[in-house]
Amino acid sequence: MGLARRLYRGEIDVDFVGKWRLWYSLSGFLLLVSLAGLLINGLNLGVEFKGGTVFSFKAASQVTVEQIRESVREEGVHQVIVQSAGTGWRVTTESLSESQLTQVQSEIAKDFDTPVGQVSVQSIGPSWGGEVSTQAWIGLGVFMLAIILYLSMAFEPKMALAAIVALVHDLVITAGIYAWSGFEVTPATLLGFLTILGYSLYDAVVVFDMIKEVTAKLGHTSKMTYSMAANNALNHTLIRSLNTSLVAILPVAAILFIGTTLLGAGTLKDLSLALFVGMIVGTYSSLCVATPLLVTLKEREPKYQAIARRLASTGGGKKGSKSAAVAKG
Amino acid sequence: MARPTSRHSRPGRTLLVLLALILALGGTMFLQKAYTPKLGLDLAGGTTVTLSPVTQNGASPPEEILDRAVNIIRDRVNGTGISDAEVAKSGDNIIISIPGVGQNEAIQLVATTAELRFRQVLAMQATQIPQELATNAPTPTASPSASATGSAKPSQSAGTPAPSASPTGKALSSALTAPTPQPSATQSDQKQDKKGQNAKATPTASPTAQASTPPAQDPNAGINTEGIDPAVLKQFQALDCTDPKKRGQGVQDDPTKQFAACDADGSAKYVLDVAKVVGTDIDTASAGIRQGTTEWIVQLDFKSKGAGEWSKLTTQAYNSQEPRNKVAVVLDGVVITAPNIISPIPGGRAEITGGFTQASATTLADQLKYGALPLKFNRSSVDTVSSTLGQDQLRGGLIAGVIGLVLVVLYCLLYYRGLGIVAVLSLVVATILTYTSVVVLGHNANFRLSLPHIIGLVVSIGITADSFIVYFERIRDEMKEGRRSLRAAVEVAWVRARRTILIADAVMFIAAIVLYFLAVGGVAGFAFAMGLTTLIDVVVVFLFTKPFIALLAKVKFFAKGHPLSGLDAERMSEAGSTTGRTTTPQEA
Repeated sequence: MGLARRLYRGEIDVDFVGKWRLWYSLSGFLLLVSLAGLLINGLNLGVEFKGGTVFSFKAASQVTVEQIRESVREEGVHQVIVQSAGTGWRVTTESLSESQLTQVQSEIAKDFDTPVGQVSVQSIGPSWGGEVSTQAWIGLGVFMLAIILYLSMAFEPKMALAAIVALVHDLVITAGIYAWSGFEVTPATLLGFLTILGYSLYDAVVVFDMIKEVTAKLGHTSKMTYSMAANNALNHTLIRSLNTSLVAILPVAAILFIGTTLLGAGTLKDLSLALFVGMIVGTYSSLCVATPLLVTLKEREPKYQAIARRLASTGGGKKGSKSAAVAKG
Repeated sequence: MARPTSRHSRPGRTLLVLLALILALGGTMFLQKAYTPKLGLDLAGGTTVTLSPVTQNGASPPEEILDRAVNIIRDRVNGTGISDAEVAKSGDNIIISIPGVGQNEAIQLVATTAELRFRQVLAMQATQIPQELATNAPTPTASPSASATGSAKPSQSAGTPAPSASPTGKALSSALTAPTPQPSATQSDQKQDKKGQNAKATPTASPTAQASTPPAQDPNAGINTEGIDPAVLKQFQALDCTDPKKRGQGVQDDPTKQFAACDADGSAKYVLDVAKVVGTDIDTASAGIRQGTTEWIVQLDFKSKGAGEWSKLTTQAYNSQEPRNKVAVVLDGVVITAPNIISPIPGGRAEITGGFTQASATTLADQLKYGALPLKFNRSSVDTVSSTLGQDQLRGGLIAGVIGLVLVVLYCLLYYRGLGIVAVLSLVVATILTYTSVVVLGHNANFRLSLPHIIGLVVSIGITADSFIVYFERIRDEMKEGRRSLRAAVEVAWVRARRTILIADAVMFIAAIVLYFLAVGGVAGFAFAMGLTTLIDVVVVFLFTKPFIALLAKVKFFAKGHPLSGLDAERMSEAGSTTGRTTTPQEA
């Protein structure tokens, strides 16, 4: 049977939990690389965080990036970044004074045959991004506390902990990818990061719900250890996880595609890029990090240790129990 | 085989509830003749105002004071009901972005400096014939009240009693901004004296610092100069309130010093005592009509500390001689109203009455409510954002949305076959609900759709799809076990799937709430969109997907597990299935 067909029927039995060493070292490696990237490269912060002035306009006639750059430079502006934004243009400069700003605006209007009113000007001081970031950190902290509380009540504290660790894992790796690739971090990117939080947890919650259901049956006479049961549950929801991720990623991929090819710089691209990267990392972590982590925590409990010992002594080792797990499912 | 267990399920009835909900939303749209969502700044264009602080010595204001100003302005913006407006610090400046065209009133409102102080009147002199002689009607209500000389009545009578924010904004701003000094006054203002006594009563004056050397002669006839700082008295005499430009609005009056000021309409000038109570002592303020009359009043509630101070201040004023029995409300260095105190006012509640129109009462109440801005600001730039680029992005977003939706639909149909139709219809219902909600919210709660919202909504296709994927997989699980009929499986699976969906949605909803309350600007809007779609997801799954599947389960095509239904036992069951069914392990 082909993989696709087995997937469709749900006849898969991947030993996600058993391979925890592999996942832990892979994730550990990725985390280290990400942190290194953040330390060495840092994030390529957008103008909103560094401060600066952004002019956006539509040129009436055909113009080149060079022409625009020259035109703005003539006004004594030093840093000029010209980006195409769909049918329009976006020019980012250092922070300009009020008079300089008006000059550039009218110069652009004159040179490129556009009404002055159609040249949007956005002037951003460096502290703006700071304020937003501070709020974002506070928001993140409160969010995590709220989620830990909620999941501790809905499930149990260890599940909450595992879910949060997976969440942090996703954020750090996504940030690391941004650091290494040099993608620009804008407020839209922040929105993307925040959305990843929701998705990452959503996925973990569905899996944990199943684990809770399956492991609730474990008792003194059970033929499964906690890790086997958890792995069983994970496989049970694997199709759902993959389907969900695929369905979620499809629209994001479409936005990313349109955003990068048709529109160039802008909110659309920034947001969808963060989402795209984050969702892929999130899918991986809910399968390979959250659950193995939960199992690592749970297997220390005396109750599950006892089951594991008993199964080991009766020869119900790893291999034998696997088929038992399938039969039970 | 198993009996159908649809005891509690009444799919038809549930679907009717959904239909009613959609009709209600659609009907609201129809009645309000609003068929399209309101768009945000990035999509509809809008205005950005930059406010630069004016400090007494021209130095940067302390960070925390600036933060306080940002919060107050944000409150004011929210008070006008404008959603999606952003208030952000940028260096020393504060930038306000307001979506939509024609928001000038709102801009004036938020950009107006409110330096609210309550000061006892020490001396008063009419500059012309005062048109507003005491309307000091003693108020018969039990609540202590201060009756006012209605000096705060502006000539404009704006304000239809609509709940919408704009009349409020208009009334307030026109009352306050009329005598605003021109921006040209900025420079001289800034350079003006450092420890700022009160020379600022004339903002256009030269930067000569008023020395505190007191040449205290030349007392005005008929004025009780007792307790008045001679320097202030001198300024009082020099004060010319007939010229609106010199009335001194917008000056930074030092609350710890005595102060000479004009009435907002120039009809009187005052010497005022140090500020005993300031705007931040106020808890809330509201405009209303006194019961049984048509008289507009402003009601005030003080915070506990403010209440004590207010009580002291009014007692002191009550025990004083005319004109010291008045307490002036000073805004931006101008007296907006100076009611007589007709009794001491303990308990932290007060009413101001006298000569208010609805507009002027609302104006005063809003100004009192939103407290005092701790800084004076100049509007350094007002930029109008064109919407063309945003429109491009919007089009891109919509194209992407359609592409994404088509991909999802194709995938669902391929994977879930017959059930895929349920998935597609669920998405359609979710889309209808989302669109109508956004339109209705736009016109009733001023919810403005900006680009991040649209992306949020497109992305939420994933959340919505996940809920029914969870449910479908549960049904398939039940079917795979082979013990149940489809009708039974639909019900049993629902009980389990429901819990999963609710817990997962709760997580999303917590995320949305936290982000909404703790984040700024665009993030809050995004969080709102996220919360909305999560709610809609719950509605769709409970009111549509579940009952619809329950109905389908009665249809032969699905119940018998037709190969195209997505529910045929053969395709789903495992090779060595424990059930008695025959399984043929082939097929592509």
